[in-house]
Amino acid sequence: MATQEEVLAGLAEIVNEVAGIEESDVQLDKSFTGDLDVDSLTMVEVVVAAEEKFDVKIPDDEVKNLNTVGDAVNYILAHSS
Amino acid sequence: MTQIQSPTGAPHARILGVGGYRPSRVVTNEQICEMIDSSDEWIRTRTGIEERRWASAEETVGVMSLAAAGKALAAAGVEPEQLGCVVISTVTHLAQTPSLAVDVANQLGAKNAAAFDISAACAGFCHGLALAQDMIRGGSAEYVLVIGVERLSDLTDVTDRSTAFIFGDGAGAAVVGPSQTPGIGPVVWGADGAQLDAIGQTFTWDALRERPELGFPALRMAGQQVFRWASYQMVPVAKKALERAGITAEQLDAFIPHQANNRITDAMIRALKLPEHVPVARDIAKQGNTSAASIPLAMERMLEEGEAPHGGVALLIGFGAGLVYAAQVVVLP
Repeated sequence: MATQEEVLAGLAEIVNEVAGIEESDVQLDKSFTGDLDVDSLTMVEVVVAAEEKFDVKIPDDEVKNLNTVGDAVNYILAHSS
Repeated sequence: MTQIQSPTGAPHARILGVGGYRPSRVVTNEQICEMIDSSDEWIRTRTGIEERRWASAEETVGVMSLAAAGKALAAAGVEPEQLGCVVISTVTHLAQTPSLAVDVANQLGAKNAAAFDISAACAGFCHGLALAQDMIRGGSAEYVLVIGVERLSDLTDVTDRSTAFIFGDGAGAAVVGPSQTPGIGPVVWGADGAQLDAIGQTFTWDALRERPELGFPALRMAGQQVFRWASYQMVPVAKKALERAGITAEQLDAFIPHQANNRITDAMIRALKLPEHVPVARDIAKQGNTSAASIPLAMERMLEEGEAPHGGVALLIGFGAGLVYAAQVVVLP
């Protein structure tokens, strides 16, 4: 089972790969759209990459609830197998 | 026992000519942003669209179809009387019956042709090509005219921030005929009705009977859902079309996906590992998303501008409302 730190680090890697944002900028309290400038389509790419990396399903309906990096990390922690 | 005869067709089919019609009225992103709270930069980075064409009142689906068909027939060197069938894919012919194809066939002088419309949204042109190929190989027609035509501006809510900037109008046509060598690969197609609600009309026509105050319906789309489906689920479909045609991405001379959104195209290129030497259709920049018309329009532009070679091999993939999809490899006319 991954820790919060590990999920955050993995997610930061993905956000860096997909959107070119510095990994160190990807912090729990940062909002994807407001702080990191991740648009709605890039968010889908982040979600699909996260699904693969953490072996978790993130349905379309859930994506809109993932406002901050922390929201995504918590979702992944709660739902990864 | 009495025996009946079965039809015999040509060994193979191929696209003999392609033609397009782009409406006269250019609508810029700035003009769109007079109606929605957005910006040129926002629209470009999310879609790749710089401008689109919206048809005038005179540029009906019939007028645009005839213009595109005339060009395709001339390019193919085929006379209207030789056509055995006219198939039109459209979701914006705003009459339940008769079909647009019958009108267009009549005005073309295609007096020996069967004619009907099909409804497969943005995958319509690839569905039409598959039907044409089977008709020609099955002996139901020698030459088939396939048209994709849309006036999506008629079904666009210009105040909807999620769709107002996407859609455009236009027509694209292809003449398909017999061939001694393979010109259209096996189609890979399907329908995912579990995602029926992802793209559709705001309400159906019959709702207007009870509630005329609803006004005119428009297209609506769950953008993220469609983006995810198209960008990731369509890649195995494209791969299968290549595989069934017996070629690799390396051997392609062009990739012509439905012009839905450049971001979808980019995601597909990455996932397909498309080699850099393969030119990719980007007609969306000047045309917007024209649904069934987008692939033949993009094909015409690539051939005209010398971006893709005549006789080259192209991968086509259409995907859209349904959700439905169809992909095949073709030899360019």
